Amino acid sequence: MTIVPIIKRDYITKLGEQGKRIDGRNFNQYRTIEIETNVVNKAEGSARIKIGNTQVLCGIKMDIGEPFPDTPKTGVMSTAAEFVPLASPDFESGPPRENAIELARVVDRGVRESQVIQLEKLCITPGEKVWLVFIDIHILDYDGNLFDAASLAALAALLTTKVPVSRFLKELNEKDRSSWQEQLLDLYAIPGLDEVPFGNDEANKNPTVINDFPLPMIEPPISCTAVKINDFVLFDPCFDEEIIADARLTVATDHKGDIRAMQKGLSGSFTQEEIQKVIKGALDNGQEIRKKLNHSIGK
Amino acid sequence: MMKSNMELISSEGKRLDGRGPHDLRKIKIEAGVLHRADGSCYLEWGGNKVLAAVYGPREAVPRHTQNPLRAIVQARYNMAAFSVEDRKRPGPDRRSVEISKVISEALEKIVLTEQFPRASIDVNIEVLDAEAGTRCAGLTAAGVAMVDAGIPMRDIPVACAAGKIGGQVVLDLGKEEDNFGDADLPIAISPRTGEVLLLQMDGHLTVDEFNRAFDLAVKGCHIVSEFQKKAITHKYQSAAAEVQE
Repeated sequence: MTIVPIIKRDYITKLGEQGKRIDGRNFNQYRTIEIETNVVNKAEGSARIKIGNTQVLCGIKMDIGEPFPDTPKTGVMSTAAEFVPLASPDFESGPPRENAIELARVVDRGVRESQVIQLEKLCITPGEKVWLVFIDIHILDYDGNLFDAASLAALAALLTTKVPVSRFLKELNEKDRSSWQEQLLDLYAIPGLDEVPFGNDEANKNPTVINDFPLPMIEPPISCTAVKINDFVLFDPCFDEEIIADARLTVATDHKGDIRAMQKGLSGSFTQEEIQKVIKGALDNGQEIRKKLNHSIGK
Repeated sequence: MMKSNMELISSEGKRLDGRGPHDLRKIKIEAGVLHRADGSCYLEWGGNKVLAAVYGPREAVPRHTQNPLRAIVQARYNMAAFSVEDRKRPGPDRRSVEISKVISEALEKIVLTEQFPRASIDVNIEVLDAEAGTRCAGLTAAGVAMVDAGIPMRDIPVACAAGKIGGQVVLDLGKEEDNFGDADLPIAISPRTGEVLLLQMDGHLTVDEFNRAFDLAVKGCHIVSEFQKKAITHKYQSAAAEVQE
């Protein structure tokens, strides 16, 4: 570690003792969050997130490909994060490093494990053709808390994604088309699933899949991150706070107030009491962020 | 280039997107958009969206790249995976390596590199949304970002392309025009002196057509140059206004 963070650590902990932070926030308070969707025309879905000075862009591309042999009837998703050297003087070009891979995996897990994308609705011909969803995350400006910014960017981008049926229609043969139609009817018959968002005829019985349709999604969990510096637990750390943090904890909560994922990072430790504090803060902030997210996609 | 029977320009000189032969696409430039970078610029040019960030002058690493007499300029042109129709695999390919090289060389000519021996000026260009002419958009954004970073330069470099579609010489090729047109001629100049910093051509032009296309591209560069200056002045004016408050 260079000398600057050590000096800043002194300053940050002294402020902390007075219940203050370097940018004047409360311990539990997030920086201003801005969500802008549909920012990239070439992408099937996209979003640019700003949390304070941190900026992340996420774009979704879709393609048709083969499913994995053990899940022949589900679509495939993959997540990649690029720490482009544009975002920080310390980022270098080249293949993704540890931190980029960790971030991509944490975002991927958040989306995959909570089954936010209804991959089972993305099968065309079982065992042969399914939709592939590529989530690509670009860090544009790094001022701390990439975990929250990247997950939020991925969710906002996914929620605005349109499956590009019209572009790929020529790649589907007669068999694919009739098979897909069947899958859609099957899914449509299952009670409890969200309304199938396909172009239907008037009776809603015969989905005609020629139009682009929104990616089938369920209500996603929102992740909130806090760090611990000495005895202080600070939410949404900025860069100066993040590089001196002892420990980090991310908690993802859903709209019912349940916990859906957690990840602890760095070498410090949390007490049980502190973990309770982080969960409480994640629930409160998560609700606010969820409102913003829904608002940004016009809900 | 692909030949096609598609009519790219009507007999009245109207192009697919409604432009006349000498019209540019819509351009929007904003300087100083990133927090961490020493200088930055966001640029929209038609359907292109490009972000440029400058770091430096700082110590050049690895050290064998250092020049004891002057600074080196390292531009890195990168396309986002989602910026094109079919997802691009992340990371450099042969095309982006070549574009990075010609842009680096174009910028190096304009910077007062002798002021910073052993240093590197790193210019990162991210193409977020692509629609023909990304290298011109990238270089133009890089020019503004370098001014924003306070890099001493002889001039603000600017780029623009001309080309030939349906037998006519036109300015600033759009997507279909680039794919199905007859020729594309992107150039970058120093607008103050008219020196040519970058020049590439592909397609088929007669000498006369080349001369006309070149003149047209230079004219385009001068128009874009005004947008660059406006973006920079705007940034400093709003900064000055904030200070006065």
